[in-house]
Amino acid sequence: MADMAIELKDVEHLAGLARIAVSDGEKELFRHDLEEILAYVSQVKEAAGWEQLTIDTAPRTFDGVQGERGELCNVMRADGEPHESGIFTEDLLVAAPACEGNRVLVKKILGDN
Amino acid sequence: MTGDFKQLTIKQAHDLLVKKELSVRELAEHFLKEAKTKSGLNAYLEIFDDVRAQAEVAQKMIDGGTATLLTGIPFAIKDNILIKGKIASASSKMLENYVASYDAFVIKKLRDAGAVFLGRTNMDEFAMGGSTENSAFGVTKNPHDESRVPGGSSGGSAAALAGGTALGALGSDTGGSIRQPAAFCGVVGLKPTYGSVSRSGLMAMASSLDQIGPFAKTVEDAEIIFDAIKGYDSMDSTSEPADSHHERDNRVSSTKEKPKVIGVPVDFVRAKGVDPRVLENFEASLECMKKAGYEVREISLPSLAHGLSVYYILMPAEVSSNLARFDGVRYGYHADGANLVEDYARSRGEGFGREVRRRILLGTFVLSSGYYDAYYGRACAVREMLKRDLAQAFDGVDIIATPTTPTPAFKIGEKSSDPLQMYLADIFTVPVNIAGVPAISIPSGFAEEGGSKLPLGIQFIAPHFGEDALFAIGKDFERVRML
Repeated sequence: MADMAIELKDVEHLAGLARIAVSDGEKELFRHDLEEILAYVSQVKEAAGWEQLTIDTAPRTFDGVQGERGELCNVMRADGEPHESGIFTEDLLVAAPACEGNRVLVKKILGDN
Repeated sequence: MTGDFKQLTIKQAHDLLVKKELSVRELAEHFLKEAKTKSGLNAYLEIFDDVRAQAEVAQKMIDGGTATLLTGIPFAIKDNILIKGKIASASSKMLENYVASYDAFVIKKLRDAGAVFLGRTNMDEFAMGGSTENSAFGVTKNPHDESRVPGGSSGGSAAALAGGTALGALGSDTGGSIRQPAAFCGVVGLKPTYGSVSRSGLMAMASSLDQIGPFAKTVEDAEIIFDAIKGYDSMDSTSEPADSHHERDNRVSSTKEKPKVIGVPVDFVRAKGVDPRVLENFEASLECMKKAGYEVREISLPSLAHGLSVYYILMPAEVSSNLARFDGVRYGYHADGANLVEDYARSRGEGFGREVRRRILLGTFVLSSGYYDAYYGRACAVREMLKRDLAQAFDGVDIIATPTTPTPAFKIGEKSSDPLQMYLADIFTVPVNIAGVPAISIPSGFAEEGGSKLPLGIQFIAPHFGEDALFAIGKDFERVRML
């Protein structure tokens, strides 16, 4: 497969997806770095004998032993009240840049654009 | 009671404390003084203001007969592990003034054991780096040669210990961030089996790879710390339950014979870019182990060579997800924009350093539509193959050995402008995290350079939950290498 060429507009697109402001000066830096790093990691596609493998077809291991799987179990807590309401509010709000009462303040989410 | 604490181990300090030949206060005062004297290393970002109060609590435990092996022992804690009421900044502007609202599970365990937390240590920002040069608060210097890096990302913890300003330290290891600085600074560093130490209260970098682990002067000390911090935690869904068959197997294996056969993946070890002094030191170490009665066997593990490319796809992908929470809303650095999206972009653009933003962008790419299967999907598949190949290798050998790093500590600034060169230094450590197996780095000698003696480390790798084998071979290695 041909090496992945990264253009400035790709960096802008990624920065938009990641919600990260990138200065014009840094765009070229990141463009170069991403292109170089991707060229290196692309060798994973050539891993010998595994060309046809995808995440769905690769043999699954469970702690390194092929084919064995443990029983699936639910590690999530029960869907109820994990603790008394409000006991952590003060500790958590003290870290927020902007609050109003016992709520974190944030700009309007649904915008005009 | 002499004042020479340079060689003092946790085990020795414990004996002195319980025999009342030393008080916790005296021990703490010594390390506080040393930390101040050595502040130029920039190993600590902050020395806590309640050390003496903590010392009193520990002394009461000793006086009351409830002391543990770690009671009164001064610890340096990496800046990404939460201690309630203390700042935890992950060496980032993003969290410069963030005060932890709860204790990490490992902190609770150490606190209950009576350990004393001296301060929080410098690191690469959000654990991203191999030199501690990516800290937003300055680099940490290697105590063996202050013109050189201590390694990373847990460089501050390694340097604090090696510089004589703590008796034990905690770090985190996602791709080598405990083992590599341990090698560079001449101390022992352990990355435990994934799932054996709770990640609750560790700021997540790559959730399927991260583990907290100890730095110590000796393998015995590392074992003491590991025993204190390991264990099931219901707040970490990837934490290994106490009654799982692995725990049972581990208890069985500790009564089984000690490790006997060391496997060396020679093609991998002799890869391009490995310093000849590192290879020479590694070969000499293996000779010592042969004389100690171990069999050293050449093995072939070609999938190890893919570890780095798998890691630099999976890790940034998980990073891009884990760091999405830093948006300037609930905590951390906030910069105002014209609307909410601009708030996010500016807060994250200004709060995160360059390496962090680089990895988030890389992770965003490999997870994005059109590239997900070719990069992330593929890396997941190759990860499974690597785990399988490693498991098969452990059918024939008890331990796998490699040098910990391809070179000794490099100069500050030498690699900081070339990310890929920096990443290549992780070649021996990352396959361990990908497979989730445990590995330990133990000082194995020095490389002479420019009048300095630069530490080198050997890495031993064991199967899942094989820490006992690592400690056994590690103690033998310490004995025969006689540094």
